[in-house]
Amino acid sequence: MKRRHCLSLLGATSLLLGGCASLAGSPGAPAALPLRGTGDLGVVVARATGTLAIVNTSERAVLAQVTGLGDLSHASVVFSRDGRYAYVFGRDGAITKVDLLTQRIDARVMQAGNSIGGAISADGTMVVAQNYTPGGIKVFDAATLALLADIPAEYESGKRSRVVGLVDLPGRRFAYSLFDANAIWISDLSDPARPVTTKLPHIGKQPYDALVTPNGRHYIAGLFGEDGLAMVDLWEEPPRVRRILGGYGRGQEPLPVYKMPHLRGWAVAGRRAYLPAIGRHEVLVVDTETWQEVGRIPVAGQPVFVMARPDGRQVWVNFAVPDYHRVQVIDTTTQQIVRTLEPGKAVLHMEFTPRGESVWISARDDHRVSVIDTQTFATQATLAIDSPSGIFFTARAARLGF
Amino acid sequence: MHDQHAPLLPSLSPAGTLPMARGGLRCLPRLSMWLALLVGAAGLHAQPAPPTTQRQQELVRMVRQDCGSCHGLHLTGGLGPALTREALADKPIDSIVATIYGGRPGTPMAPWKAMLSEADALWIAQQLFAGFPESVKDRP
Repeated sequence: MKRRHCLSLLGATSLLLGGCASLAGSPGAPAALPLRGTGDLGVVVARATGTLAIVNTSERAVLAQVTGLGDLSHASVVFSRDGRYAYVFGRDGAITKVDLLTQRIDARVMQAGNSIGGAISADGTMVVAQNYTPGGIKVFDAATLALLADIPAEYESGKRSRVVGLVDLPGRRFAYSLFDANAIWISDLSDPARPVTTKLPHIGKQPYDALVTPNGRHYIAGLFGEDGLAMVDLWEEPPRVRRILGGYGRGQEPLPVYKMPHLRGWAVAGRRAYLPAIGRHEVLVVDTETWQEVGRIPVAGQPVFVMARPDGRQVWVNFAVPDYHRVQVIDTTTQQIVRTLEPGKAVLHMEFTPRGESVWISARDDHRVSVIDTQTFATQATLAIDSPSGIFFTARAARLGF
Repeated sequence: MHDQHAPLLPSLSPAGTLPMARGGLRCLPRLSMWLALLVGAAGLHAQPAPPTTQRQQELVRMVRQDCGSCHGLHLTGGLGPALTREALADKPIDSIVATIYGGRPGTPMAPWKAMLSEADALWIAQQLFAGFPESVKDRP
């Protein structure tokens, strides 16, 4: 009880952190931790061991390992708006709320049989999980993880779709795509007890992931089942779907896709968006004013993540197996690849530091995270982490759609 | 075990004709493998050589990690279906082998024949039906 009281005080002011731990003084109380902010903190998912490494991007070091998070294959993370808590969405349907300051699990709930990720509302009050089994989204109180709303993705009587591409939108709304129903749904959770869902059918075959542009205006779903992407202008009333980059494959036989690209973590640089092609070893470039293709850049494999450095000057690309030992860098002023790096075996993810001077890259099979200078491409540090996959920094807390 | 291999052939035969833009040429050196399979099916007990122990370890890691992208590290499913022993119980092994090797058109399941031999695919399917082994700890 004593410690719980202490921890609630911590919620009021983290200034008490060091003193609180020593005041508690009871066996099992956390050791005194140094006073720190969270702006340079982040987490790395160690997928094979169900562990979350808490990292510091200034020290380029692992601060702590938090265990007991379950099945973290395809785990993704969002942050509370104060950058203190990481919400980890596990494959096994668990949401785990991890306190980056006390380096402990604050709350945990099993909410589905099979989950793929989540989002957090702009006001920080709700976290939402997108689920494969049972298909749908669930809305939770961000403080307690108590269930607030359950929206099954039932597109026909008794049939529920797997949900992908969940993003937060302004106004306590969330957009997501229904892989099995070729639909985009937008749920307004202004009143979580009475969600209002707008359903856009016939968007194209098999949406596999989606993104929202940084201004919150355009929601774009990638289509696995056909060449092209489905885009919704969310500023239109009512919103409607249009096709962009239709027929980008030009009728050619697609190459095998050994891993689905991820669209979240938009790559919008200046007025151009950079998107992974499906079944083609290309990055597609689209003008975000006209939504016409303005270029395509041949790359070293099936792109998985296509991510803009925060200033938009570079776009970094990683690849599906068997080309996932490489990372390529596109200069957005010339649309040329300016560097091909080989940071390790099985590169799964990349994350820029908040201002983009460094990028952290996970190499699963080398059990290593490399920190690379984005100007010189020199390796600044390496961290040993068991089978690292996703890397997430707290700066995401301030970005729409992350 | 050998009985399980025999029905494999009819469904594997068209695999070479499935659309496959990459790695198609690499199938040619596998003629010897085909012959071995044919001989095996003829009941002469000359099965394709199973993968070496080292290759088996690579395959276990590949299935857990790379197939795990869609099917889950624990093979409990994701965008792709669950591949646990229970989930596969009523499926014919030959169709699983054919799916691993040649993919499943109309779904995200890619053909893996650019990275796997038929013997690899068969071995993987057999392990899935038996309950897939855990990865060997591969850190030095």
